[in-house]
Amino acid sequence: MTIERADIEKLAELARIELNDATITETTRSIADVLALVDQLQAANTEGVTPMAHPTDAIQRLRPDVVTETNQREAFQAIAPAVEGGLYLVPKVID
Amino acid sequence: MHNKTLAEIIAGLNSGAFSSVEITSHLLNRIRQLDPQYNSFITVTAEAALASAEAADRQRASGNAPLFCGVPIAHKDIFCTNGVRTSCGSKMLNNFVPPYDATVVENFARAGAVILGKTNMDEFAMGSSNETSYYGPVKNPWNIHCVPGGSSGGSAAALAARLTPGATATDTGGSIRQPAALCGVTGLKPTYGRVSRWGMIAFASSLDQAGPMARTAEDCALMLNAMASFDPKDSTSIDREVPDYTADLNQPLSGLKIGIPKEYFGEGLNPGTEQAVREALTEYEKQGATLVEISLPHSHLAVPAYYVIAPAEASANLSRFDGVRYGYRCEDPKDLRDLYMRTRGEGFGDEVKRRILVGAYCLSAGYYDAYYRKAQQVRRLIKQDFVDAFATVDVIMGPTSPSPAFAFGAKGDDPVAMYLEDVYTIATNLAGLPGMSLPCGLVDNKPVGLQIIGDYFDEGLMLNAAHQFQRATNWHQRTPEGLE
Amino acid sequence: MQWETVIGLEVHVQLATQSKIFSGASTAFGAEPNTQACAIDLAMPGTLPVPNEQAFRDAIMFGLAIDADIARTSMFERKNYFYPDLPKAYQTTQLEKPIVGRGHVDIELADGSKKSIRIHHAHLEEDAGKSLHEGSFEIHGHGMTGIDLNRAGTPLIEIVSEPDMRNAEEAVAFARKLHSIVTSLGICDGNMSQGSMRFDVNISVRPKGSDTLGTRTETKNLNSFKFMEDAIALEVERQIDLIEDGGKVIQETRLYNGDTKQARAMRSKEEANDYRYFPCPDLLPIVFDDDYIEQIRQSLPELPDARRDRFIEQYGLSRYDANSLSGDAAIAQFFQTAAAGSDAKLAANWIMGELSARLNAEDRDIQDSPVSAEQLAGMIARLKDGTISSKMAKQVFDAMWNGEGDADGIIEARGLKQVSDSGAIEALVDDVIANSPQQVDNYRNADDAKRPKMLGYFVGQIMKASKGQANPQQVNDVLLEKLNALL
Repeated sequence: MTIERADIEKLAELARIELNDATITETTRSIADVLALVDQLQAANTEGVTPMAHPTDAIQRLRPDVVTETNQREAFQAIAPAVEGGLYLVPKVID
Repeated sequence: MHNKTLAEIIAGLNSGAFSSVEITSHLLNRIRQLDPQYNSFITVTAEAALASAEAADRQRASGNAPLFCGVPIAHKDIFCTNGVRTSCGSKMLNNFVPPYDATVVENFARAGAVILGKTNMDEFAMGSSNETSYYGPVKNPWNIHCVPGGSSGGSAAALAARLTPGATATDTGGSIRQPAALCGVTGLKPTYGRVSRWGMIAFASSLDQAGPMARTAEDCALMLNAMASFDPKDSTSIDREVPDYTADLNQPLSGLKIGIPKEYFGEGLNPGTEQAVREALTEYEKQGATLVEISLPHSHLAVPAYYVIAPAEASANLSRFDGVRYGYRCEDPKDLRDLYMRTRGEGFGDEVKRRILVGAYCLSAGYYDAYYRKAQQVRRLIKQDFVDAFATVDVIMGPTSPSPAFAFGAKGDDPVAMYLEDVYTIATNLAGLPGMSLPCGLVDNKPVGLQIIGDYFDEGLMLNAAHQFQRATNWHQRTPEGLE
Repeated sequence: MQWETVIGLEVHVQLATQSKIFSGASTAFGAEPNTQACAIDLAMPGTLPVPNEQAFRDAIMFGLAIDADIARTSMFERKNYFYPDLPKAYQTTQLEKPIVGRGHVDIELADGSKKSIRIHHAHLEEDAGKSLHEGSFEIHGHGMTGIDLNRAGTPLIEIVSEPDMRNAEEAVAFARKLHSIVTSLGICDGNMSQGSMRFDVNISVRPKGSDTLGTRTETKNLNSFKFMEDAIALEVERQIDLIEDGGKVIQETRLYNGDTKQARAMRSKEEANDYRYFPCPDLLPIVFDDDYIEQIRQSLPELPDARRDRFIEQYGLSRYDANSLSGDAAIAQFFQTAAAGSDAKLAANWIMGELSARLNAEDRDIQDSPVSAEQLAGMIARLKDGTISSKMAKQVFDAMWNGEGDADGIIEARGLKQVSDSGAIEALVDDVIANSPQQVDNYRNADDAKRPKMLGYFVGQIMKASKGQANPQQVNDVLLEKLNALL
């Protein structure tokens, strides 16, 4: 699978990571190398094999519907980059 | 004092041979003097450690001492520590001070441990050389031109330099075992689900596990006793009784069937490493174990499968780092997109960015089946290899890493070369099995590690096998020159 | 050209659990910003989700109520996209194995016809937080938006219908039926203005008779039946106009503004968003056995259709009345309480009539009615036993609405008892006959056919003299008797 600069740019947009022009070529090359590595998977015969999302056979435990958390806004917002009036601030979002 | 093992420290504190304040001060001084050379600590919590040591000495005097009361250890900087900066080796979290503790941290606090500080690591646990940390690379105390391994390079180096007797660490593809091997210390990755992941910053959720690193198997057993617990806050935590991992350390090994995977002794294995490992296996035979050649036929697919699954999970796990609620935020973002793009572009290092992009690619429309789904199918085949093997053997052994510590920059701009460092360790994580590494030789005065892989929840047996080896040999006691 | 409209709905129902779907933070409405957002809801590093059992029980109840398959094994996926109200930058949701499979919701239309709307599936997911664009937050001269994550992590059931609806009436009937089901089950408080139920409407048009689907648009986040109706009408018109003018409908997401009654395409959201769904590795498969599900089935509360049938049988209501009163669980409960203390038919009339009108005028839900079901019952009992006339009943109702207490108290305080004493009535009739000789003469001389109308004058006078409290039926009887005796 050959990957090109345009593909990397699209992925970077999807992942919201700014790549500067200087490094895009390098990044494209190194990612192409990684993809060449993972392409080795294609040779494997996996017919009829169920994908394994978890290493364990365990099933999910469910939690009782009880409120256990108290208001810790002060502690959490003390480490926030930009807050006002108890709200987290981001540049204005236009829908 | 700094050569003492955890077991010796516990005994010494109990007998009154020394106090917690004494040993803690000693180690803090040593860190101050020596760590500038190795850079194994990101944060040293000297004041808190001494205060904690004082309190521990008082508590011990009152006759109420839990297992690790007053015993100094270090935490890998991936575990959230309440009130103490937790960076995960990244600029993105350089200013992150969590208001909560990881369960591993809580467990050690309850056990009375004194925390010397937070150890250095590859950024977001992605790496095998500790070269990607925002805080600079860690140097291998055996050879400062060489890497200590990664991602838990800081924990491993601090142990090797005798700056701490024990350190917590994490392993996603080999990040406990490989640095343990390269630094001549002992480290164990437990069965997936044995140790809680709550408060442990996530890299690849279905692969990450926390584990102990120390200078002996006995010490690892002691640490695992404190670390392991069922945690209802972690859905993947297994509800299973925690045995006393020190109970069976001295079981004789006669009759132990050791599987030797032929795939782990092929091309790419350094001859010196191979020799050291084979000699170690001879020692096991001397103790009455039988070596059985086995095959793990899908071994060659482990690294490719891992480099789909781990980046895929990481790409989602690291999306939360966006400058909104905590951590790094770019300066003066002009709109929302700018906030995200620059915060993440500036906050993450190159390897992290690379893996996020690879992960996004493998999950993207049109590629999901060929990459992600395929890798998860291969994962099941790899697990089956081990299930089949454990039907005939008790433990599996082989080299931990293909060669001893390599020079900084040796893997250059070739990410794949770096990834192949984990060729023997990665399959264990994919299957969720426990694995450990212990020192078994030196090549050019650089340590070699023997890997032991156990069946699910067989940590006790593995530690037993490792301990018996360490009673008969002294590789684990070797110290880099000048650091005795 | 004759056009057919094809409509499908995706409905988000907020479950009324105490705590969130993946954390133990409270879901109570109206708290100060970010006071109900714990470390998990804030996506702090190292935090992990643990699912709320009640959310699954609620989903299973819903599935059973719509005759759907319940998945014995279900799982969660991550849906990845960036938006400030989504702290993890992925939403934990269900894709491949949702908890509820195919089912159906039956609706009744105004003309009495019935239709079964197929449900494709229903799944559990977490709600996002809220963005506040108003307010004057600013940093370095750039306007800012404030994010409140209290709502983040609230459990939602997303119900996805097949595109079986063909007009706004069907869509609204379907939406109302869903509202009725979830409130009857007690899994949702049904408070639309608080966002407890939100509708996304997928609309396309096609030439009548065609069986291929046209390109559809999605209008998101409608939170009232009226808005949905209007939005559908607007969009259908827009699409038809567009096509008839030679244009093509583009697949897009639209927002409808109920105040301005206008809709527009959303700017930011999905420029071909690739959500990169994959199984959430932090959550294991959720497994239920037959016993667990059966136990839930046994404990299901009464569903709207069963309740409607019971109202018809138990209270003798017409189908129309039964439908009106059985749909909303709160109204149904109100009716039953009121009927128990008095008379079912009268209770039905008063609830559907006066009470309903008052509530609508003041934009109140029945839960906020100043007149309780017991109070209404009290008044109706007095009406039924003749203590008050229906005219007086209106006065009593008004007084109760204004907080003056119970019916008996008001009747007493204001002296509203009907005069039904025969002696008193006779006296009143005698009086008016004696005082109106001219009108009596006119009555005597009038044709038979004209006489009933002329009674009105006498009745009016009697009512005036009795301050409206004379029992009208008795007045009529006695008046007729006495007048006819004079003929």
